[in-house]
Amino acid sequence: MTDSALATNPAQVAAASAVAPKLTVRDLHFYYNGFHALKGINMDIPEKKVTAIIGPSGCGKSTLLRIFNRIYAIYPKLEAKGEIVLDGENILDPRYSMNRLRGKVGMVFQKPVPFPMTIFENVAYGIRHHEKLSKADMTGRVEQALRSAALWDEVKDKLKQNALGLSGGQQQRLCIARAIALKPEVLLLDEPTSALDPIATGRIEQLVEELKNEFTIVIVTHNMQQAARCSDLTAFMYMGELIEFDGTEKIFTKPGKKQTEDYITGRFG
Amino acid sequence: MSGSSKEHIIKSYDDELTRLTGEIVRMGELSVSQLEAAIDVVERRDERAAQRVVGNDDAIDQLEQDISHDVVRLLALRAPMAGDLRNVFAALRIAADIERIGDYAANVAKRSIPLSMVAPVGPVGGLGYLAELAASEVREVLLAYRDRDAERAYQVWKDDVVLDEAYTGYFRQLLTYMMEDPRNITPCTHLLFMAKNIERIGDHATNIAENVWFQVTGEPLTKQRSKGDLTSNPEMTKLGE
Repeated sequence: MTDSALATNPAQVAAASAVAPKLTVRDLHFYYNGFHALKGINMDIPEKKVTAIIGPSGCGKSTLLRIFNRIYAIYPKLEAKGEIVLDGENILDPRYSMNRLRGKVGMVFQKPVPFPMTIFENVAYGIRHHEKLSKADMTGRVEQALRSAALWDEVKDKLKQNALGLSGGQQQRLCIARAIALKPEVLLLDEPTSALDPIATGRIEQLVEELKNEFTIVIVTHNMQQAARCSDLTAFMYMGELIEFDGTEKIFTKPGKKQTEDYITGRFG
Repeated sequence: MSGSSKEHIIKSYDDELTRLTGEIVRMGELSVSQLEAAIDVVERRDERAAQRVVGNDDAIDQLEQDISHDVVRLLALRAPMAGDLRNVFAALRIAADIERIGDYAANVAKRSIPLSMVAPVGPVGGLGYLAELAASEVREVLLAYRDRDAERAYQVWKDDVVLDEAYTGYFRQLLTYMMEDPRNITPCTHLLFMAKNIERIGDHATNIAENVWFQVTGEPLTKQRSKGDLTSNPEMTKLGE
C-alpha cells in the first residue's frame, strides 16, 4: 500500500527540528497586570525555518511573539519570567540592549503601518537609526530590501511618492522591506495577511517562502491553511500553554493531541 | 489518534462526512449482494438472472462517481485536516476497492452464462464456499469502516489467508478434474477464472482494511501477512506428475 504519502513523514519532522535552534524558549511565563497569560512555554525555534503559531483568540500566541522582541516592555505592569535565548544570550535579561535586540529581531504587524513619508524613507528610516551609510550605500541598501520584499519592480519609479498611496498588499510588503532592511536574523510576522486580499496574501506567502533562506521566521496566523502552506513547524497554543509543537505535516495530518485535532478540524467550542 | 468524536462547529460539515460514510457502506453492501446474486445464478444456471447481475453493476459504478464527487467537493469546500482529511482520503480509496469488488462479482455472473451452456461439473459447489468467505470478509471490513474499528479491520486483513488457502485448494481440485477428463477443461477453466475473481475480492477487502487502519491510526499497516494463495508456486505444476 502507498498510504505513506499522507502518513507522518518522520524524516521531514526530524529534518525540520534537527536544525540548530535560533531561539530557545525556556520555562517562559508572562503576566498582564497579574493575569497569567503564558504558562511555562518551552520550545526551540530552528534557524532559517518558518515556525507558525496557531491557536484560538486569547491563547497567547501574539503575546509570545511580542516577547521575542520585547515589544511588551513599552507597556507598564507587564512581566516576563523565564529565558529566551538568542544565539546564546538571554534576550529577557535587562542588560540585553533593546536597540541591539530590535536590530536582530524584526517585526511586521497585522495591519500594514507605513510611516507617513516617502517609500524610500520608509525603508531608510530604520537603517539610519542603526547605521551611518553613504548616500550611495543607502540607495543600494533600500533597493536590496525592496527587491527582497518583492516590491522593487512595482515601486522603483515612485520611490519619492508617499507610501500611504500604496495598496494594502504593497504597504505590507513595504513593512517587510523595512524590517529586513536592518538585516535581522529573526523575522516575526503577526497575522501579516489578515487585512489582505487572496492575491496579496499569496504574494506575502511566496515572499515568506523566499525569505526563509535568509531569516528565521515566526508567523502567528489565524489562517490554518496558511500555516499549513507556509511553515515547516507548527505550534498549537491554548489558554497560555503550548499544547503541541511538531512538524507542520504531522500537525495537519496526524496531530498527537486531541486538543490540536479538535482545533484544526473545526471542533473547538 | 483516531480523530475526534466531537461535532464540528459547522454542523453541515458533520452531515457531509456522515453522508460519505453512509454512501461507502451502502456501496459495499450492494457489492456483497452482487456477489451473492452472482453465485446464485451460477448454481441455478440462470442466464437471464446473470444478465441482470451484470447490468446491476452500473449502480455500484454510479455510487463510486457520487462518492468521488462528494470527496472533491469536501476537499474544495471544507479543506479537511488531520482525522477529517484521513476520512475523506480513505473514503476515496475504499470506494475504488468496492467498485472493483463489484466488477469481480459481475465477472462471475458473466462467466456463469457460458458455464451454463455445457454439462454441469462437480466442483461448481466449491465456488459458493469461496464466495461465502469473500462476502463475509467484505461485510466485516465494512463494519470496521463504519465503526472506525482498526482492530476489527486488522483481523479481516489477517484472516484473508483462509480465503487464499481455500482458493489454492479449489485450484488444485479443478486441475485434478481437468486431468481426469479433457471434457472438463472448458467448464473448469471458467470456474478457475471465477474463483480467481473471488480470491481478488478478498484482496480488495484487505486493501479496505489497510485504509481503515490508516484512517484510524494515521499510520500505514505494515505488519507481515501470511499468504495462502500458493497457486503461482512452481510446486503446483507437479500436481499431475
